[in-house]
Amino acid sequence: MTAVLPAKDLVTRLSGVFAGKLEEAGRDSVLVRADALLEVAAYLKNTAGFAFDYFNMVTAADYYQYFEVVYHLTSTRHNHSVFIKVRCHNRANPSVPSVVPLWQGADFQEREVFDLFGIRFEGHPDLKRIVLWEGFDGYPLRKDWNR
Amino acid sequence: MTFSTEPFVLNFGPLHPSTHGVFRIKATLDGEVVLDIEPVFGYLHRGIEKLMEERTYTGGIPLTDRLDYVNSMTNNFAYCLAVEKLGGIKVPERAEYIRVIIAELQRIGNHCLAVGAMLNDAGALGTPFFYLWRQREKIYDLLEMLCGQRLMNNYVRIGGVSQDIPAEFLPAVMKFVPQLRSFLDEYDFFLMQNEILLARAKGVGILPPEVAINCGISGPVARASGIKRDLRRDDPYSIYQRFEFEIPTCEEGDCYARYRVRIAEMLQSLHIIVQAAQSMPPGATKADVPHLIRPPAGEAYGHIEGPKGELGFYVVSDNSIAPYRCHVRATSFINLSALRQMVRGWKVADLIIIFGSIDITMGEVDR
Amino acid sequence: MEMTGPENFPTDGELDRREGQAVEDLKAHSREAFPDPAAWLEEDVKRNIVLTSLDWIIDWARRSSMWPAVCYPACCGLEWMAALGPRFDAARFGMEIMRASPRQADLLITAGTLTWKMAPVVRRVYDQMAEPKWVIAMGACGISGGIFRSSYNVVPGYNKIVPVDVYVPGCPPRPEALLYGISLLQKKIGRAKAVPDLSELPNPLKKGGLK
Repeated sequence: MTAVLPAKDLVTRLSGVFAGKLEEAGRDSVLVRADALLEVAAYLKNTAGFAFDYFNMVTAADYYQYFEVVYHLTSTRHNHSVFIKVRCHNRANPSVPSVVPLWQGADFQEREVFDLFGIRFEGHPDLKRIVLWEGFDGYPLRKDWNR
Repeated sequence: MTFSTEPFVLNFGPLHPSTHGVFRIKATLDGEVVLDIEPVFGYLHRGIEKLMEERTYTGGIPLTDRLDYVNSMTNNFAYCLAVEKLGGIKVPERAEYIRVIIAELQRIGNHCLAVGAMLNDAGALGTPFFYLWRQREKIYDLLEMLCGQRLMNNYVRIGGVSQDIPAEFLPAVMKFVPQLRSFLDEYDFFLMQNEILLARAKGVGILPPEVAINCGISGPVARASGIKRDLRRDDPYSIYQRFEFEIPTCEEGDCYARYRVRIAEMLQSLHIIVQAAQSMPPGATKADVPHLIRPPAGEAYGHIEGPKGELGFYVVSDNSIAPYRCHVRATSFINLSALRQMVRGWKVADLIIIFGSIDITMGEVDR
Repeated sequence: MEMTGPENFPTDGELDRREGQAVEDLKAHSREAFPDPAAWLEEDVKRNIVLTSLDWIIDWARRSSMWPAVCYPACCGLEWMAALGPRFDAARFGMEIMRASPRQADLLITAGTLTWKMAPVVRRVYDQMAEPKWVIAMGACGISGGIFRSSYNVVPGYNKIVPVDVYVPGCPPRPEALLYGISLLQKKIGRAKAVPDLSELPNPLKKGGLK
């Protein structure tokens, strides 16, 4: 059974190293500060007890006051998974570090989030629109997008 | 006499017989050898994720049909699993058995198309494809018995299935199983040692397992590279823990391994269908759930082992009649992440067969 | 003429920008549907068409060997493949060969949803087909945009981009429905005036002939 690590458990285990940079966001997901995302992600990937080597998905949701970028990671060795969230409060210029240097599977998915929400991923090798065309006006999946 | 050469970019346009739908590849070639590719898609982006926010939960099920249109009910199943997790809805036993039989029938149908299309791309124009298509037509007959539609069935509902199976369905399924088994044995016998297939597919387009894990590849493509991961075993959903079946894997990771894994999976699916049909209990086929369902506010991620790999739905609810956000973790989209590495150094004709062996459906890639 | 070489080729970003501009231009100018091709004939002419035996032979040849072009963007493509498949064999109606090159095809069966990003491509393929050519809009998405009509990227029907001869409803239409649509198109071709009336063509020898 791929156990989803409960957020309480994860926060307790990580707060030794990343004090103050993450907190629970619901039962199953952990909220991480945007500037600490790369460190936390690298720690989760490389530490033996976690070993999150399999990148499942990245997506985003628009909650009016902020955008929330959701990552789902799985470990093939220990068969457990985790949900990580990052919030961007800057609606005019939302930006999050890119995890492509760690997991190549994030490449296309981050481009899609950029295309449909307008969230920039700093450090992405080739950030451009993927499903819509260059010159499309706006970002369709935002809640305030007017067709 | 010396030649001076330079690489050039060739466009495999969106309308192309071998691109399995509208997929465009900008290939940088040095003569016949592929140096690099840049996949371009979005030609079938219909905005399904945005449309799901405008429809009710039940009204969004026909939209999910059209995602991976080769096996529609698989998408329905994954979506309903996510919403049931969100709402804490328990599905009756009989409906679970029906869903398992449908999921395995769709797996067989999908692999029929995938293997046939890959052989089409290898140059066997028509014959293996239409042989397998005949079996797919028989599966269409079975599905038409259930809900009246061959494709885009829209049969699985939140809380179960939309109506009970007719009396002639299970006998027809039990008649289909041995017939398909003997057909697959004969078909595999013709192709397993076919020297053209071996020359075209063996050793071509190798996907190393570390790359597969790093890219998030799942399904037969990952299992052909030696990664023994199948959600029916590793994260069982529905009632899969009650059935005995094997997970076929190969070690080589080339196109021929993917072909072998798909044929073996079809035989395992037949095994599961027989077990499910023999132990199906009577009872209700749908939980008592209102049509205009309002799950409590929250989020859920429901995933299944679809024929192409892990298909997941991330649904966010705000206690209204429509989902607040519905994201599709699309198998084909993510399985394309490794395409560039798989084709570097191979020739143009190998590019086509490698692409065909990944088995993608553009409805899922573009959504 | 300036020789273009690799150093003059547009960069990737420039190519993307140009293609995006082509989509936006097409989107701005494609809000009206093309009229149905039979409607171009005036009423008088329609009632008074007398087919000569040469017309009849040419029409028979054209409708009995229509070669479809490859166009299966989406789900209807599977029913189109089923119509070509072993059970509902479309080859018995003359569609033996599915032509990948539009120059060698005369029928475009649009088996799938058309998006604005894809529209310039379909228009270009249609333009590359040689006359006489026909279009069958297959499925609800082909007729009006179907279940996706309210989406931001979907063209509401193929008749905004190419003129359509026959509409086959369904989502997806059964192969039998598609074959019925093809037989309707064959009947339509059978009524067409294939040999032009010489008196209608401009005579270059007369004064003011060729304009």
